Amino acid sequence: MTTERETAPMGTRIARFLGDYPLIPLIVLLFALIGVLEFMRPGIFNERWIGNTVKFAIPLAMLAACQTLTMLTGGIDLSAAVAATISAFVMATQVQLVGVPMAIVIGLLPAIAIGLVNGFGVAFCRVHPLIMTLGTGLIGTGCLQVYQRFVIATGSVIPDSLSWLGTGRTWGFPNALVLFVPFAILLIWGQRRTGFGRLLYALGSNETAARISGVRGWQVYLALYALSGLIAGVSGLLYVGLIKAPSLSLVNPLLLPSVAAAVIGGTSIFGGRGGYSGTIVGALILTVLGTLLTLLQMPEGARRILFGLIILAVTTIYIRLTDQR
Amino acid sequence: MTRLISKQGWVLGLLAFLALLFVLTTVIQPDFGISGLDSLSRATLPFAFATAGMAVVVIAGGIDLSVASMMAVAGVSAAVLMDGAGGGGTVLAVVGVLAIGLAMGAINGAAIVYTRVPDIVVTLAMLFVWEGVALLILKAPGGAATPWLRELIVGNVIFPWLPRSFVFLVVCVAVIWIPLSRSRLGLSIYAIGSNELAAYRSGVSVGLTRIAAYAVCGLFAALGGLTLTMSTGIGEPIPGPYLMASVAAVVLGGVVLGGGRGALLGPIIAVFILRLVRMDLTLASVDPNVTTIVEGTIMVVVVMLGGVLAMKGRKT
Repeated sequence: MTTERETAPMGTRIARFLGDYPLIPLIVLLFALIGVLEFMRPGIFNERWIGNTVKFAIPLAMLAACQTLTMLTGGIDLSAAVAATISAFVMATQVQLVGVPMAIVIGLLPAIAIGLVNGFGVAFCRVHPLIMTLGTGLIGTGCLQVYQRFVIATGSVIPDSLSWLGTGRTWGFPNALVLFVPFAILLIWGQRRTGFGRLLYALGSNETAARISGVRGWQVYLALYALSGLIAGVSGLLYVGLIKAPSLSLVNPLLLPSVAAAVIGGTSIFGGRGGYSGTIVGALILTVLGTLLTLLQMPEGARRILFGLIILAVTTIYIRLTDQR
Repeated sequence: MTRLISKQGWVLGLLAFLALLFVLTTVIQPDFGISGLDSLSRATLPFAFATAGMAVVVIAGGIDLSVASMMAVAGVSAAVLMDGAGGGGTVLAVVGVLAIGLAMGAINGAAIVYTRVPDIVVTLAMLFVWEGVALLILKAPGGAATPWLRELIVGNVIFPWLPRSFVFLVVCVAVIWIPLSRSRLGLSIYAIGSNELAAYRSGVSVGLTRIAAYAVCGLFAALGGLTLTMSTGIGEPIPGPYLMASVAAVVLGGVVLGGGRGALLGPIIAVFILRLVRMDLTLASVDPNVTTIVEGTIMVVVVMLGGVLAMKGRKT
C-alpha cells in the first residue's frame, strides 16, 4: 500500500490529500478572495474590516447550520428563513408587552413549532423535506402577516442586549462571537461525537440500513427539524440585533445563500457527507465574495450573475477534488 | 392496469374538486360569470406555464429552481424586443424569446450534466445568474407589448364562456407536450426519471435527454414570461412568486418528486384549483393574508395525505 501511494502521480496524491482534508482548499479559497480584495483596495484588510465581515457572516453561518444538519440526512430546510423572521418579529413586538426574556421565549416558540410540523411531515408522512419545508414556510409567512395586523399598534423594540450581541464589539471582537463560538463548538462536537450526530450521518448515508440496525428514524427526524427550527429562531434574533429593523421579510434574502454556504462548505445535498466546519468557511467565503462584488464597479445584474457563477464553479471544483457525489 | 386507474383517479379527483370549487364560487358570488372566468384564466396563465415547465423536469427526475428567474428574462426580453416593433418584428420577437427560453433551459441542463453537481445546487446558482441577466436587460419595469398580441389572451372565442387565454394555454401545452410525450424523447424523459441506470443500460442517452428536458422547461418558462408581458404590457425584471407555486402545483397534480410518473394534465388542473381557491377567498372577502395560510395548508395537507397513501400502497 505504502509503495503504491509513493509511486502514485503527483496529481492523484494531491487529490487524495485534499479528499482527506476537504477544509484546506476552502480556506485557501477564502484567503485568495481576501488577497484579491486587498489587491483591489489596498489597506482594506484591517481589524475593523475583519470584525465587520465576521459580524455579517455569523447570522448566515447559523442559518446555514439548519441546512447543514438537515442535509446530512438528505433533507433541506427551506422554512428556516421564515422561522427566523417570525422569531425576530414576534420578539420585537412582544418586548413592550411582556418584557425581554419572556419575549425571546415567545419569539422562539413559533420557530420550534414550524420545525416540529416539518419533522412530523418528514417522519410520519414521508413527505420530501423540500416540499414540506416549502409549505410550512408559506404557512408561516401567512401567519406572520396576519399576526402583524394585530400588533400594528404596539410598535417594535429591539432589546439592548440583542443589539449589543448583534453589533457591539469588545476589544475589537464582535460580541456575536460570544454566542457563535460555543454554538459552533457544540455543533462540531455534536455531529462527530454524540449519538444523535452519528444517527444523522447514518440516516443520510443509507436510511434502510440505519433502520434495520434499529434506528428509530421518526425520533431523529422530529428532533432534527425541531432543532433546526430553534437554531433558525436564534439566528433570527441575532440578525435583528444586527439589522435593527424588524420587517416581514427580514431574513428571507439569507435563505438561498444559507443553502449555498452549506453546499460550498462540502455538505452533500444527498446526505451522509460533510459537516459544520466547512459550512462556517462557506459562510465566510460568501460574505467576503459579497464585499468583493460590491466593490467592483458593476451593475447589480452583473454582480448577481457573477455570484451565481462563482457558487457553481466552487461547487464543481470542490466535488471534483473530493470526488464525492 | 391498477396503476393506470389510480393515476387517472388522481386527475379525476382533481377535476371533481375543481368543479366543486366552481360551484362554491357561484354560491359565494352569484355574479361570477364570463368576466370572472376570463380574469381567472388570464391570472392563471403564467402560473400554468411555470408549472408545466417544472412538471417536465420533475418527471425527468430533476428540479429547476430557476424557473421564475427564466420567466423574468423571457418577460423583459419580450418587452424590449417588442417595444416599437411592427407586425413582422413582433413575430420575430416571439420566436426570439422562445429560442432564448430553450437556450436558457439547455444551459441549465448542460451545466447539471457536465459539472455533475446536484440539480438543486446548479439551478439555485442559475437562479442568481438569470435574475442578473434580467436586471441587465432591463433595470426597471419597462418596454412594451404589441397590442394585437395582447388580443390573443383577452376576451373569448367561439363561446362566450370560453376565455381566449384558456384556449391559448391548451393549444400551447398540447402543441409542445403531446408530440413530445409520444416521441422517443418523451419516453426517454420518463425512463431517466424512473430509473437512470436502467435507462442508461437500455441505451438511452441520459445526458442528452436531461438537457432536452431542461430545455423544454426553459421553453415553457419563456411562454410564461411572454404571457406575463402580454397581460401586463410591460416587462418586469424581478421574478414573481412562480417557483413555490409551481412546485406546489406539480406535487398537487400527482407528479412524484423523484421522477418517472405523472403528466402535465394533473399539474395544470392543480394550478387552476390553487388560483380559484385564492380567488374564492378574495371574493368571500377573507383577509388576503389568510389566503396565503390556506394555500400553504392545502399544499402541506395534500402532500402529507399523498405520502401516507403511498406508504399504505407499498405495505399492501
